[in-house]
Amino acid sequence: MTLSQKILSAHCGGSAVAPSQMIMADVDLSLGNDVTSPVAIKAFSESGGKAVHDPEKVAIVLDHFAPNKDIESARQCAACRAFAAEQGIKNFFDVGQMGIEHALLPEKGLALPEMLIVGADSHTCTYGALGCFSTGVGSTDLAYSLKTGKLWFRVPQAIKVTLKGNLPPNVSGKDVILNLIGKIGVSGARYASLEFFGNVSALSMDDRFTVCNMAIEAGAKNGIFPVDDVTLEYVKSRTNKKFEKTDTSDIRADEYEREIIIDLSKLKPTIARPHLPENTVTLDEIAKEKIKIDQAVIGSCTNGRLSDIKAAYEVIKGKKIARGVRCIVIPATQEVYLQALRLGYIEALIEAGAAVSTPTCGPCLGGHMGILSDGEVAIATTNRNFIGRMGSKTSKIYLASPYSAARAAISGYIG
Amino acid sequence: MKNGKAYTFGDNIDTDAIIAARYLNVSDFDKLKAHCMEDIDDGFAAAVKCGDYIVAGENFGCGSSREHAPAVIKACGVSAVIAKSFARIFYRNAINIGLPIVECADAANDARNGDVISVDTERGTVNNETLGKTYSFPPYPAEIAQIIKRGGLLK
Repeated sequence: MTLSQKILSAHCGGSAVAPSQMIMADVDLSLGNDVTSPVAIKAFSESGGKAVHDPEKVAIVLDHFAPNKDIESARQCAACRAFAAEQGIKNFFDVGQMGIEHALLPEKGLALPEMLIVGADSHTCTYGALGCFSTGVGSTDLAYSLKTGKLWFRVPQAIKVTLKGNLPPNVSGKDVILNLIGKIGVSGARYASLEFFGNVSALSMDDRFTVCNMAIEAGAKNGIFPVDDVTLEYVKSRTNKKFEKTDTSDIRADEYEREIIIDLSKLKPTIARPHLPENTVTLDEIAKEKIKIDQAVIGSCTNGRLSDIKAAYEVIKGKKIARGVRCIVIPATQEVYLQALRLGYIEALIEAGAAVSTPTCGPCLGGHMGILSDGEVAIATTNRNFIGRMGSKTSKIYLASPYSAARAAISGYIG
Repeated sequence: MKNGKAYTFGDNIDTDAIIAARYLNVSDFDKLKAHCMEDIDDGFAAAVKCGDYIVAGENFGCGSSREHAPAVIKACGVSAVIAKSFARIFYRNAINIGLPIVECADAANDARNGDVISVDTERGTVNNETLGKTYSFPPYPAEIAQIIKRGGLLK
């Protein structure tokens, strides 16, 4: 069995599982946000749900349109708040404690190796960076797992991604995953697990979160890294809870439907052009086109962690944001915000002319805090550049790392 | 299912195209259906009639996990979505809420916008009446067929 299959097997009785097999598995953590939870709560009550199966195994985070952007979103957040109170859900994160869910849960020590996590948000695949099986589902799925503590899965086949070498300077996890999506396409890993092996120690914890976060952008069911010293150091700094570490020593090469080798040392800063994450080009190539930007967004569940804010700070400090460019920086959690503040990153970014926001998904999904007008161009460290994703359907989004986005913010051009 | 008109779309139709996130501050699907496919076909929501079909290419429903996507398609009265392939979260969401979806590459390849088609999920066939062609698709796995039969995961 592959790493993902081993974790699924451990959650449905321990017998071996095989690709395409349908299983009913025990869920360790079910997650919802302010957009998907209201639909799940309604489905939960309409199907006769009274009490959630285990309130300790539920997390609700208000992050998409929070702090409330309008009366309707305020009502959705209120519905989540009421449900969390009524059900005794301790892991409910409201404004002031919340952060973008996929940066927040690992920080709070809620995502651990070998867990099975489902979330009514497609970027739930982020936690695979910690060696757990974690996947995005819908609201009815969430309602079902809230009620029963279980969920159905089709056991995925897997693609092995073998990493070699080390990253050059200014190349990060975002460039790794954009490069991979560019190679295999937005449906290249459809229904499959993307399992990362080889020189994984070349990637920091934050880089691994970014890589797994965008596994869904290749159509994958989940992305996953094996547990190593980097994982253990991170998890132990976050929680005292006990956890299992999946043995990967006996996984055979022929368990995988294919292997992709990425030589990290050959990677360059990479950009995805509108309107699909697979439309990749290296930064040095696209620079020749002198693409002028109106907005730079640095944040999101993909790239709003401390190392991301630091990368932007390193480029921007002592300089000025280009005239005509709105640079919006959104630390992903309260903790990231506070650390960035203490380390002087926030002050330097504000002095340069950037706007810094409280944590929110905000502009990434065209919610609020930086919506694009007709024909406008943004460079963003977010995860999707679909038509209309950040605002007007005639606007354009170029996906990039914090380094590349920060460079564009000060020059006014991608490059 | 009764016959209806085919509305054709290309590859990689994402859930932001099906229902843009900017509208998801409400979760009333009857209100949201007016915005179905808005950013890629702004006439779709007004034109589509109960019993019509969506026919698309590869990876239909990629992107976000929002269940609002299959739910607004269902609220528009679409009988079924036929595609060459589906993104996995959209696939399970559609099954879970009782929106029939059919993976049938040949039917999706041949269908033209406006063709009159019908689907028989029990027999596993798509009939394109305009072209006079019938296509078969493989049966659903037993566990999924059970959910479909019940009308959804929580039924």
